[in-house]
Amino acid sequence: MDLKELYQDIILDHGKSPRNFGKCKGYSHKGKGYNPLCGDQVEVYLKLNDKKKVEDLKFEGSGCAISIASTSIMTESVKGKSFDEVKEIMNTFLDMIRNTSEIQSNHLDEDQKTKLMSLSGVKQFPMRVKCATLSWHTLVSAMEERKIEVNTEVID
Amino acid sequence: MNLNNIKNQFPIFSKKINGKSLVYLDSSNSSQKPISVLNKLDEFYRYEFSNVGRSIHSLAVKATNKFDETRVSIKNFINAKSKDEIIFTKNATESINLVASTFGQQNINKGDEILITELEHHSNYVPWHYLRKIKGAVIKFAPINEDGDIEINKFEKLITPKTKIVGITHLSNVTGTIVPVKEIVEIAHKKNIPVLIDGCQSAPHIKIDVQDIDCDFYVMSAHKVYGPTGVGILYGKKKWLENLPPYMGGGGMISEVKKDKITYASLPEKYEAGTMPTAEVIAFNESIKFMNSIGIQNLMNHEKELTNYALEKLKKINAVKLIGNPKNKAGVISFTIKGIHPHDIATILDEDGVAIRAGHHCCQILHEKLNLSATARVSLGIYNTKEDIDILCKAIENCRKVFKLK
Repeated sequence: MDLKELYQDIILDHGKSPRNFGKCKGYSHKGKGYNPLCGDQVEVYLKLNDKKKVEDLKFEGSGCAISIASTSIMTESVKGKSFDEVKEIMNTFLDMIRNTSEIQSNHLDEDQKTKLMSLSGVKQFPMRVKCATLSWHTLVSAMEERKIEVNTEVID
Repeated sequence: MNLNNIKNQFPIFSKKINGKSLVYLDSSNSSQKPISVLNKLDEFYRYEFSNVGRSIHSLAVKATNKFDETRVSIKNFINAKSKDEIIFTKNATESINLVASTFGQQNINKGDEILITELEHHSNYVPWHYLRKIKGAVIKFAPINEDGDIEINKFEKLITPKTKIVGITHLSNVTGTIVPVKEIVEIAHKKNIPVLIDGCQSAPHIKIDVQDIDCDFYVMSAHKVYGPTGVGILYGKKKWLENLPPYMGGGGMISEVKKDKITYASLPEKYEAGTMPTAEVIAFNESIKFMNSIGIQNLMNHEKELTNYALEKLKKINAVKLIGNPKNKAGVISFTIKGIHPHDIATILDEDGVAIRAGHHCCQILHEKLNLSATARVSLGIYNTKEDIDILCKAIENCRKVFKLK
């Protein structure tokens, strides 16, 4: 295990100064996520345009550096994407965190891939995987217009 | 007694964690086990095993006697009047559920009030919440001040003619507050209100005398006092345990069973349905013997000295903010570090072999009151040393390095 790999500069930066923090004006969808083990919570607000693409995405919440950074990087990765594209990005992200350490997607540019990859160190810390994945599940839940709160102890 | 060598009695400390010696500072969560407890578990399963209280063969008789010896040890440990007042349960949580359920069935009606405090662990709130749901009871929370002390005058004012029971912790698992339970019981008893005390955290740290406190119920878990998991204690005054209805039904807790009528066993069996964690109860006696061999006063002195040392050293680290400053504090120290979330602290400390807990510690009401979502918690055990605290403080400094904070 390597702490430097876990707490890379990108993560420390996004953890300390999260991007897209707050509520977006006139949001059309909202999702709430909660990790009862540690008390991390996240609320995502998103605005879909006429074509059902993510026009704007912001979040509020509290949590550890991993969870805040992951959420911040997520908001930068999915703007302009359709629901199917968001789901595909989430799946490659989850796969990277759990298995491959690689991001494979045609919907992301190199910069976005690098930022998402910075979270690959989480794989070595199984207790922290949920910190990194909570906001993604919350985002997808919001897009699917599920009204229930995402709970890390219920999702896999 | 030289407590510095006590680690030798705990095999886990011979194991390396992440290549480092283990600095275990999570005893409020669960304590490590001395070799005598581990040997007894092994020995009983290997050479002495039998169920208790049923068969009459030699092994069963011996096991039954051993089982009962633990009950007597606990009776003496908490100074109960009779061993029949000691009920074995799964853990303190089950003990509280037992009281909430049976007492509630008999004594709680719509609009009746249950008075607890903002310090409580979820296990001394959620079981009462069921009575709120089922019976329409009202739960009131006695407030704490910024130091983490219960405001006794406010507690007293919350007692009304509708208050039916008080549930209160003896020692907070977040702030380390030692609650003046004797005073609380006196106040409640003036109005004829029974008091349940959650002794989970006090049992490993301070002397318990249930007759002196005069509480009606006292609960604790074996695994926090250097004993096995799966065993808890409910102490209850006979007048309550004899008159409350049974809790779980099954074998062992009955007197006579007919198709149209069932009568129940007398105490303590009335509340011990089904096969109990036999080996664990028997091994629990070894942890009580271990505590007695050290002596509660020696243990308290050791932990007091260590707590003061830890507080002094932690206060010197500028970024550390200690949570609560109670008048009377045991070796439970919660803190935050500016700019680093408690979960990140716990991960970074773990790399140095330092085991702490981070989160809300099953006390969300308390964290909400303190306006915190999570804290990091250091909790001491008999095996901790000043060197452990030094390693902790060094590891805390490392957190700031990893986070590149100045």
